[in-house]
Amino acid sequence: MTVLAIDPRGTAPKNSNGVAAVTRRRRSAAAIALERLAEAIIRASGFSAIFFVLAIFFFVFREAAPVLLKESFKPMEFLFSTQWYPTSDVNVRYGTLALTIGSISVTALAMVIAVPFGLGAAIYISEFSGPREKEILKIVIELLAAIPSVVWGFIGLTVMSRIIVSLTGAPVGVNLLNGGIILALMSIPIIVSIGEDALKAVPDSYREAAEALGATRWQIVYRVLLPAGKNGLLAAVLLGVGRAVGETMAVLMATGHAVKVPHSVLDSVRTLTANIAAELGEAAAGSDHYRVLFMTGVLLFLITFAVNLTADLAIRGVRRR
Amino acid sequence: MSVEPLLPAARFARTDSVRRRERAQSLAKATFFVMAIAMILPLIAIVGYLVYRALPSLSVDFLLDVPRRGMREGGIWPAFIGTLYLVGISLAVAAPIGVLAAIYLNEYARDTWLNRLISLAVINLAGVPSIVHALFGLGAFVYAARFGYSVLSASLTLAIMTLPVIIASTREALASVPMAFREACWNVGATRLQTIRAVVLPNSISGILTGIILQVSRAAGETAPIMFTGAVFFKAVERGNLFPYHLNDQCMALSMHLYTLSTQVPNVEPSVLYATAVVLLATVLLVNVTAIAFRVWLRNRKKW
Repeated sequence: MTVLAIDPRGTAPKNSNGVAAVTRRRRSAAAIALERLAEAIIRASGFSAIFFVLAIFFFVFREAAPVLLKESFKPMEFLFSTQWYPTSDVNVRYGTLALTIGSISVTALAMVIAVPFGLGAAIYISEFSGPREKEILKIVIELLAAIPSVVWGFIGLTVMSRIIVSLTGAPVGVNLLNGGIILALMSIPIIVSIGEDALKAVPDSYREAAEALGATRWQIVYRVLLPAGKNGLLAAVLLGVGRAVGETMAVLMATGHAVKVPHSVLDSVRTLTANIAAELGEAAAGSDHYRVLFMTGVLLFLITFAVNLTADLAIRGVRRR
Repeated sequence: MSVEPLLPAARFARTDSVRRRERAQSLAKATFFVMAIAMILPLIAIVGYLVYRALPSLSVDFLLDVPRRGMREGGIWPAFIGTLYLVGISLAVAAPIGVLAAIYLNEYARDTWLNRLISLAVINLAGVPSIVHALFGLGAFVYAARFGYSVLSASLTLAIMTLPVIIASTREALASVPMAFREACWNVGATRLQTIRAVVLPNSISGILTGIILQVSRAAGETAPIMFTGAVFFKAVERGNLFPYHLNDQCMALSMHLYTLSTQVPNVEPSVLYATAVVLLATVLLVNVTAIAFRVWLRNRKKW
């Protein structure tokens, strides 16, 4: 008599020949229903990301929308006037251009510092460093990225402002330069880590081919890797820009509090984000001022959406190849 | 009879162009090295300076004591425990949704336009400025859902803000489980869900936990999203009280406390200011170091 290996304990029902009958055990209807339910929950969680993005836009826009119907609110003035007098009794003006220019100038200054250092560090980590060194540098980047923005703001307010005053003789240390440096330090980690990913994504065969032609490492970097990885590197820079534009607490504390178009790096500025944080607490819920601040939020949402979308398309372009 | 060398040795000497190339190479390497080091220096300098200035106030008592003399002296207990509350509740909300969303994206989703849209939404959720999250929390939770300015509103705002952190790292953890593991399980007749429970999750649980730890670090440091949804400048709490807040109370938080002390309160004892910053920084960095240590341990243990 043979017992098939499929029935090691010999307990399965046998047919007339003594061979274990292989029957498919059917799962109960309840078990199947439970699995369906679990999968539905998983699917719903998956779609929740879309839901949340739409909800953010909806709820921010819902608070802002009523002001669009008011006569005192002019969309062109909102976008292209530098006059921001939200609490004036006689001459209320809601022009955000000075704030937009504030955001752009701080971000631009931050990128002037962060892009060369960030990409340089990404190249070093990806192409020049040994495995141990690489490990340590990546941990440092991770820790640098973890420092909360309010701590960066605190550093700007206390340490950096004193350094700036003593080096440049500026009357106040919280200004465009301060905010730019702090934002640069904050966006370097993201540029480094995305940039390193981009360089890693360049196939090794490219490097080997260049090496076989006798190229040095440096020649490989600027003749082969930079052209091949340029989309990914562009995405790294864009994500750094996104981080800098959206940053709130650090610029609130480090750039000073002047709503005006800056003329030099030592002028105080205010950004779109900092302006909301600074004034929302004082604006009465439901007032025009309150709604205009929400409208600024809609504007910020759209700006960062565009930046992130572009970065995503750039990364996708890399992957397709 | 001596053998004449095939090629004169001089042929192998470095030509000018080779020398030039090597100079460029070492110059480039040095430049990039300096750029990489330029990242380490600020980290050490910042942490070192903050700790140095904070030393006169740093003690266990500073952590457990309540603020005194209009927050100019004393400790930070109400803020510290408030941060724990906010992080705990936001974690309880974000972790299940985030992990399930990542399971959907990695295990179920095919490459359709709808699923690409989900990935894009995750990226954008991560990119939305923190102050816009604050506006959303104010409009949705405080007003529309009528939770008021409360621990609950602030925690929910934080949860949505930190969701992408959990989704991204869980997805990475799931993707690192080899496809062959799943195929083996399917081949013995297991369904997709059974495979996930029996094979995918046990093999990626440490990676998922790392992601959850990172969410904690992110949530603990955020200020803007809680500023207008539930965190307040001051709230009277007894020293060392572990349960000072209800869900619908307003609360203090470490990050908010640091902002308030450094911008709104005049004549604060400097060491109190720096000590508050150090406690916040130490909390966040410790959590991150834990995540890193966890990951290194995990990588050494991995058998495939």
